[in-house]
Amino acid sequence: MMNALARLLGIALLAVAGVAAGNEGGAQLEPAPAHRLDVESLQRGAAHFVNYCIGCHSAQFMRYSRLTGLGLNEQQIRDNLMFSTDKIGSPMLSPMSKADAAIWFGVPPPDLSVEARVRGKDWLYSYLLAFYQDGKAPTGWNNLVFPGVAMPHVLWNLQGSQQVVETEFEDAEKAEAAVIAAKGLALAERIPGGKYVVKTLAIESPGTMSSVEYRRFVADLVNYLDYMAEPARNQRINIGIVVLIYLGVLFVFAYALKRVYWKDVH
Amino acid sequence: MQRILNWIDDRFPLTALWKSQVSEYYAPKNFNFWYFMGSLALVVLVMQLITGIFLTMSYKPDATKAFESVEYIMRDVAGGWFIRYAHSTGASAFFIVVYLHMFRALLYGSYRKPRELLWIVGCFIYLALMAEAFFGYLLPWGQMSYWGAQVIVNLFSTVPIIGDDLGTWIRGDYTVSDVTLNRFFAFHVAAVPLVLLLLVVVHLMALHEVGSNNPDGVEIKDRKDPKTGHPIDGIPFHPYYTVKDLVGVVVFLAFFSIVLFFWPDGGGYFLEANNFVPANPLQTPVHIAPVWYFTPFYAMLRAVPSYFNSQFWGVLVMGAAVVILFFMPWLDRSPVKSIRYRGPLYKGWLAAFVVSFLVLGYLGVVPVTVWGQFSEKVPLLGTADKATVVARVLTIVYFLFFLLMPWYTARDKTKPVPERVTG
Repeated sequence: MMNALARLLGIALLAVAGVAAGNEGGAQLEPAPAHRLDVESLQRGAAHFVNYCIGCHSAQFMRYSRLTGLGLNEQQIRDNLMFSTDKIGSPMLSPMSKADAAIWFGVPPPDLSVEARVRGKDWLYSYLLAFYQDGKAPTGWNNLVFPGVAMPHVLWNLQGSQQVVETEFEDAEKAEAAVIAAKGLALAERIPGGKYVVKTLAIESPGTMSSVEYRRFVADLVNYLDYMAEPARNQRINIGIVVLIYLGVLFVFAYALKRVYWKDVH
Repeated sequence: MQRILNWIDDRFPLTALWKSQVSEYYAPKNFNFWYFMGSLALVVLVMQLITGIFLTMSYKPDATKAFESVEYIMRDVAGGWFIRYAHSTGASAFFIVVYLHMFRALLYGSYRKPRELLWIVGCFIYLALMAEAFFGYLLPWGQMSYWGAQVIVNLFSTVPIIGDDLGTWIRGDYTVSDVTLNRFFAFHVAAVPLVLLLLVVVHLMALHEVGSNNPDGVEIKDRKDPKTGHPIDGIPFHPYYTVKDLVGVVVFLAFFSIVLFFWPDGGGYFLEANNFVPANPLQTPVHIAPVWYFTPFYAMLRAVPSYFNSQFWGVLVMGAAVVILFFMPWLDRSPVKSIRYRGPLYKGWLAAFVVSFLVLGYLGVVPVTVWGQFSEKVPLLGTADKATVVARVLTIVYFLFFLLMPWYTARDKTKPVPERVTG
């Protein structure tokens, strides 16, 4: 135990170094074109979530009734978004058991209630665009943003399948320039021999959606995940504006009061 | 009304207390910006107590339910998100205000005679505040909560001989667990707040006994109006400073609200992204960093190399960095109190101290590799992390500010202090 701290600090420092390297070598993300006030996008995103995600991922802190925040009434939620329960106050739980999931995928799929607060919108958006075919991966799929991910590409019939395109560069600087020039998903990696390889993605066989349609699909889904991570956000911002106006008025009175009292202090 | 008051005054010194502590407590008339921080600290303390009480009504100190109950507060409790964000933002605001309050004391020599005890009680408040923040940070039971507590408790395990047992004694278990969560909850909501409140009362009583210092470092009690017996440069705290502090409170609340309503994560510094992942004892997160208000000390801890196969030296340095504050009143040998009449030596050292504290704070949140390594050609330092070397130098600067103080304050060129405050 004397060495416990040394070990822990060591882990922390190594991990920190890993993060730094990961950030340097991590994939370049694409900004998510999702807006918190775009109600239609949020509604589509909620539909995508219950159609494509909830089979494996729960959102145990999110109640179906909270979807009223997206401009839907309870009947609409019941008719269109509730498949596994008929109680409007139920949390959005996946029918898949954690024990089964752990056997099938190695790790249980994470709960997505607050995932957007952990990863951020841009990461989630890029992640869902970044699956590619990889014969070496257990599921046959790998991901540029999350290398070695256990999740298969469940949206492949929409997006189609992508292949990774590798370009070799002599040094880190040229590789970095190529990543910036790619203007989208790209990952630079050091390979044995001191050279660098830049990985980008290319559609090999198209899915049922065009590239633009798929991006819109993912953006809607990410927008919803972001809403779900903090359903009170819009209310928070609206109240904040009122509070600041109130404090502005209060300041005028408080300052005037101070001026009056301090008139005779020299 | 007067009859009720008389009835009370016959049984309890209500009017006498009000007069001695507020309406006839004479404060210097030349307070500036820095003197808002004391009243703001009191405001934040009250906000933390109130929001804390409401959080306690819905929070569950149980390792299997804690994380869930925080999300329950954020979603299902009416106004819960407001209470939670107010409390989490309040923790950071408390430290901002207290750090500025302490810096004010360094600027104007508020720790000097006759205010030594006032300063020492203040240092205890700072210690209690650190304990309060540390215990509270475990309660959301996220990954950062869990591993942060694990690292800090392990600091105690580095104490020679008794370390292992000490760590187990603090946790109540061999690892941070449900038992730890329960006792930290008890400390956070009952034990430490009681100590904190008591210390704040003592701090205020000591202040009102010796009287406030001011930006000139002049004792206003030395010049009293012969007719009234009140200090010539003093004004009653009420109504003068109650109305002035009210303005300060409104401005503070505006800044506070901007964070609370529009930026509650504080860019990941007030609420860390990784703390939205439930605690998992089997998975160490990739990056463990304490919350921003502890990072200067964390940077010192990391900067100290291990000797004799022990990290205890870093822990000692970290502890000494806080304990040394207590000795300030006796380290300062300057004939003047305020920075206005001090010479270039003190000003230079204070600037170096502030820079080292801020840069150490920055280095505490980033990985040690942030600035890369020295090239192998550099003698002595070759291949060392630049950030670690800088942190070592700044740790030394931090301590030299205190250790050399008796010397440089005594031989500094000071300016003559005016007899009365200058406004």
